[in-house]
Amino acid sequence: MNLRTLQIALLGISIGLAAGVGGYTFIYAKGYSYLTNDPAACANCHIMTEHYNAWLKSSHRAVAVCNDCHTPSGVIGKYVTKASNGFWHSFAFTTGHFHEPLRITQRNFEIAEESCRKCHQEIVEAIDHAMANESLSCVRCHSSVGHAVIGE
Amino acid sequence: MAEDAKSGRDDTEPRKRSVRFVLITTIIATLAAVGGVALLVNILERRQEARNPFYRVVELTDETTDPAVWGKNFPLQYDAYLRTVDQVRTRYGGSEAVPRTPTQADPRSVVAQSRLEDDPRLKIMWAGYPFAVDFREERGHAYMLEDQIFTERQQVAAQPGACLNCHASTYVAYKQLGNGDILAGFEKLNQMPYFEARNLVTHPVSCIDCHDPSTMQLRITRPAFIEGMRALKEAEGVKNYDVNQQATRQEMRAFVCGQCHVEYYFRGPEKRLVYPWAKGLKIENIMAYYDEERFKDWTHAETGAEALKAQHPEFEMWNQGIHARSGVACADCHMPYVREGALKISDHHVRSPMLNINHACQTCHRVEEAELKARVETIQQRTFRLRNLAIEALVELIEDIKSERAAGRSDSEIAPALDFQRRAQFYVDFVEAENSTGFHAPQEALRILAEAINFSRKGQMALRQATIAKSSN
Repeated sequence: MNLRTLQIALLGISIGLAAGVGGYTFIYAKGYSYLTNDPAACANCHIMTEHYNAWLKSSHRAVAVCNDCHTPSGVIGKYVTKASNGFWHSFAFTTGHFHEPLRITQRNFEIAEESCRKCHQEIVEAIDHAMANESLSCVRCHSSVGHAVIGE
Repeated sequence: MAEDAKSGRDDTEPRKRSVRFVLITTIIATLAAVGGVALLVNILERRQEARNPFYRVVELTDETTDPAVWGKNFPLQYDAYLRTVDQVRTRYGGSEAVPRTPTQADPRSVVAQSRLEDDPRLKIMWAGYPFAVDFREERGHAYMLEDQIFTERQQVAAQPGACLNCHASTYVAYKQLGNGDILAGFEKLNQMPYFEARNLVTHPVSCIDCHDPSTMQLRITRPAFIEGMRALKEAEGVKNYDVNQQATRQEMRAFVCGQCHVEYYFRGPEKRLVYPWAKGLKIENIMAYYDEERFKDWTHAETGAEALKAQHPEFEMWNQGIHARSGVACADCHMPYVREGALKISDHHVRSPMLNINHACQTCHRVEEAELKARVETIQQRTFRLRNLAIEALVELIEDIKSERAAGRSDSEIAPALDFQRRAQFYVDFVEAENSTGFHAPQEALRILAEAINFSRKGQMALRQATIAKSSN
């Protein structure tokens, strides 16, 4: 066996192995589901199960899925947010290092706040005038409309 | 030859480069494969955990008292349960490990701090009652049996077996004593001398005291609670209430704790453990019940008042508070859910929520930890301040009665003041003996203390009136 054959064999085996294992893991972990809008995908890794169950019982269930409130509008913004959250959430859950009860990050908080305005723009504008210097936070009062997880 | 050498040199560089490329790529690909496998295994494990598996390693029966045996099937819950040995102080409670020299009568080398040393006025309040001899901060569940066996209260009074109802795992002992009937066993155990009954039990509160071994569902095993709830519901117009059949799951998450963290008394010579709820759970209902029963815990050694000692009425106090009103059970704060991998279990390390604010409070209250702690401590500080005033007023009443007695007043002249002492003593104690320094129901705790102060001062005024009436005659 000459050097060239050996090299090709090595490359083929290692890359093939990585691609095979990676591909299998991707399918086993339902990686493709993260590209969809299906809210069940967000509960794949167990952490969000309670939130998913709470959403199923909420009023917003009929009108909005996870991505409607937790990703910004526009295809690029949506997938950048999904990729970033997807990576960090998986990282945190795999390593086990995360704060409990879960806390929303500032960036994700702002996205959610903006999302309320996607549908409720009119009413927000009507009351926002009163607060000239600071913007009104919707979820400060309406924290339970999306998925109220109390004491679980 | 020269040409060969030249072409060899020309060949070496690209060859080296391609070898390096192959090696590096192989290493990266292999590492990626290893990482992929690690991730795959991790996902697999989490999926297994999320299925909430339960491995039946041993068979649990309705006779299995030893928690270590249950722990083989439920290792996570058992590990946490074992941690109730921890001794950690909180601002107004918890317990501090105080070293002591073991003696033959009491082999404990560590105890909790003495409450009587902290506040010697308690000895005046309880003069003539065993609690004036030895009263320490309560330690964790793990110590309940040991601390009851070795308290000095055992040496100054003969205690009945009834005390064990809440200081040991008694469920199987009831069944054995009553030939399968826990009510019959309960009646027998109550009447036995303490140290005879003590030989029938081995463990502090154990899994079987709250859980059904076949379904793991919560259940009530203490006859006194079953009877107490029946009497309470009867007063509310519900006949024949059966707590094990009719309580919801969320109610049970408070009721199993209410089996012991309550006000109680031993009724009659048969020493039946009774929870005094037949008129309701509020302090005036309980007081009225005791008055009707003409019950007294002891006769005050310095005044002769027929006094009542309140004991840890956590369940009654919690019932008057905002958390009970909002459907929050004991277990929600004292045994909050914790995550073990993809599994969620309730934390069996039962302890003060102040030592676990993150899980205990922040699941519902989205406020900084320091702020939540400050809120609780403000409530406790206010309660503690009023508790001190209430004890001060009671001690002054006791001193006044003593000096009136010394001045030769008759029993009938003092009788109204003694009745006020009985009331003030029970009201002060209802907050003092309650293990939350007011937090379980802040306004109710302060109301009770305010009424206690009022009773003490009214008692003092009754003495003055008796003196004036006498001098004007």
